Amino acid sequence: MGQKITIDPVTRVEGHGKVTILLDNEGNIEQTRLHIVEFRGFERFIQGRPYWEAPVLVQRLCGICPVSHHLAAAKAMDVIVGAGTGAGLTPTGEKMRRLMHYGQIFQSHSLHFFHLASPDLLFGIEGDPLKRNIIGVIFENKELAVQGVMMRKYGQEVIRATAGKKIHGTGAIPGGINKHLTVEDKEYLLNGLDPTMNIHKMIDWSLAALDFFHDYHAKNRELIDDFSVFSSSSLSIVRKDGAMDLYHGVLRAVNSEGKKILHDVDYQDYDRYIDEEVKTWSYMKFPYLKEIGKKNGWYTVGPLARMNTAEFIDTPLAQKEFEKFKAYTKGKPNNMSMHMHWARLIEILHCAEMIKILLNDPDVLEGELVKKGQKQLEGVGVVEAPRGTLFHHYRINENDQIVMANLIVSTTNNNQPMNEAVNYVANKVMKGKSQITEGMMNAVEVAIRAYDPCLSCATHALGQMPLEISLYDAKDKLIDLKRSF
Amino acid sequence: MSKPIIATTSLAGCFGCHMSLLDIDDRILELVELVEFNKSPINDIKKFTKVCDIGLIEGGCCNSENVHILRDFRANCKILVAVGECALMGGLPALRNNIPIRECLEEAYINSVTVVGNEDKIIPNDPEIPILLDRVYPCHEVVKIDYFLPGCPPSANLIWEALIAIINGEEIKMDYDDIKFD
Repeated sequence: MGQKITIDPVTRVEGHGKVTILLDNEGNIEQTRLHIVEFRGFERFIQGRPYWEAPVLVQRLCGICPVSHHLAAAKAMDVIVGAGTGAGLTPTGEKMRRLMHYGQIFQSHSLHFFHLASPDLLFGIEGDPLKRNIIGVIFENKELAVQGVMMRKYGQEVIRATAGKKIHGTGAIPGGINKHLTVEDKEYLLNGLDPTMNIHKMIDWSLAALDFFHDYHAKNRELIDDFSVFSSSSLSIVRKDGAMDLYHGVLRAVNSEGKKILHDVDYQDYDRYIDEEVKTWSYMKFPYLKEIGKKNGWYTVGPLARMNTAEFIDTPLAQKEFEKFKAYTKGKPNNMSMHMHWARLIEILHCAEMIKILLNDPDVLEGELVKKGQKQLEGVGVVEAPRGTLFHHYRINENDQIVMANLIVSTTNNNQPMNEAVNYVANKVMKGKSQITEGMMNAVEVAIRAYDPCLSCATHALGQMPLEISLYDAKDKLIDLKRSF
Repeated sequence: MSKPIIATTSLAGCFGCHMSLLDIDDRILELVELVEFNKSPINDIKKFTKVCDIGLIEGGCCNSENVHILRDFRANCKILVAVGECALMGGLPALRNNIPIRECLEEAYINSVTVVGNEDKIIPNDPEIPILLDRVYPCHEVVKIDYFLPGCPPSANLIWEALIAIINGEEIKMDYDDIKFD
């Protein structure tokens, strides 16, 4: 008899997932699967709602990066209200949204690096599972923990100042934004008297986090460079001139050699290039580039992919670090999963620099908020969410009701890469071992965690109805019984 | 006296309530002195290792696994707190409650504009993934809940004040803004 190993739930990621690993008699890995075990049904239940509700409703897919869904939906609705995409908005509309977005990525990346991933680096993959969490970090390295907590807070404050609320705000509306930045918030975020809460400190801390990483990398080269490495294509939006742009751009994909396989196309046509495979064992679909096909057309999104697709970063400090990053692989695409942490820290720095530029821009304090034009019945909105490319696509009817919604969220785009990483690491640490330890199981989770998956986001798909389900109350009394459909 | 022990989980939620808990920001340094954490998605304790004083539940129940975990929390926590709109009333996921589940399923896997290649019309059904309930249930319809914190999400302040009140055996105070939310 072989052995089945289950890691359930995968922890220190957002949302619900589990891993199953089947070993044969000789201890060879027969099969590995990352299952996404949740379903919501957004595509269907949003039908009939007025289009302007979408940016506020759909962000409830995810409490970690609600702003990404808020903005992707708002960008789709920009097209629907005839305001065009990206540059079509007023300067105030676009810049306030960008400020919100950079605040979001800053907080989400900080959360991931400090709260969720740093315990693996500090305590080791096989470290004491009771200590291996943010609370352990607080007791072990208070300075690092405080830095993470305050960086996350700063990003959340930027969101509050632009969206009205830290989680599930309402700032972006079809065609623009509903408020300016107040002078008080500008001063607070730019030159705040609180020494732990202004943009200069955030840039310092972003640089310090990179120093921490480099120091760690120098001492742990094997873990960072060799832990999980496999060839993959990369996809993201980039600015038309090839610069990294997290808010708007054209769709580009490169293969593992760096050759372009999706040539800077308009994302309004995304469904001409991308399709999704459905598998029985996960509620999450498996996207692929149509031209290459189901088997080999999968790709990676997120910080590492963005480093591979972008030609440069348009802020000086992040650009300097980007050059180091590119030099490490001699300009070739980087496919080392653990370098995702490095890439994420470069983006944190880029976001801090962008926040500083935008806080100093007079357009965020005054100017036209909203633009409208000729109503359209269909629109696609795409942003680079913290975890990667996020697609929202809607159609409406003459009564302004949504009749079709299709979402491909970042983590769904990373479905196959995460499964590849699980398989790679399971083969590396478990194959032929007579005993499977907790540390080996955590190693598999570390590989998943590198992608910072947001499994909450990825749960808008749905599984088959149970043949029979019984629901009992606290006293074990049957309160509901359903059979079939 | 030993520290009160806290466990947390997210059922059919979006993790926004957990994020709001983290929005207590630097007060987390105080919190870790006040309490000990047991099973929670923010650490690697995957099964209860001891009886807990307070269980914080985010999200309602949309599948069999949610029900199983919620019962496990009831059995292992002296006080259960439903945190946020979804735990209290099902929240946004409960918008599917008046739609036949088959329609939701087909919309995602068969009708979607980006599943052209799903020629066999596959819908996930593996035994490894939990079965869905016919509708989304609020937590109090499944187990007894002791306290309810409203909001989408409840503010960091409310979560903080409520935790302190429960630890001290005091009544939770709620302002108008805590109860009236978008």
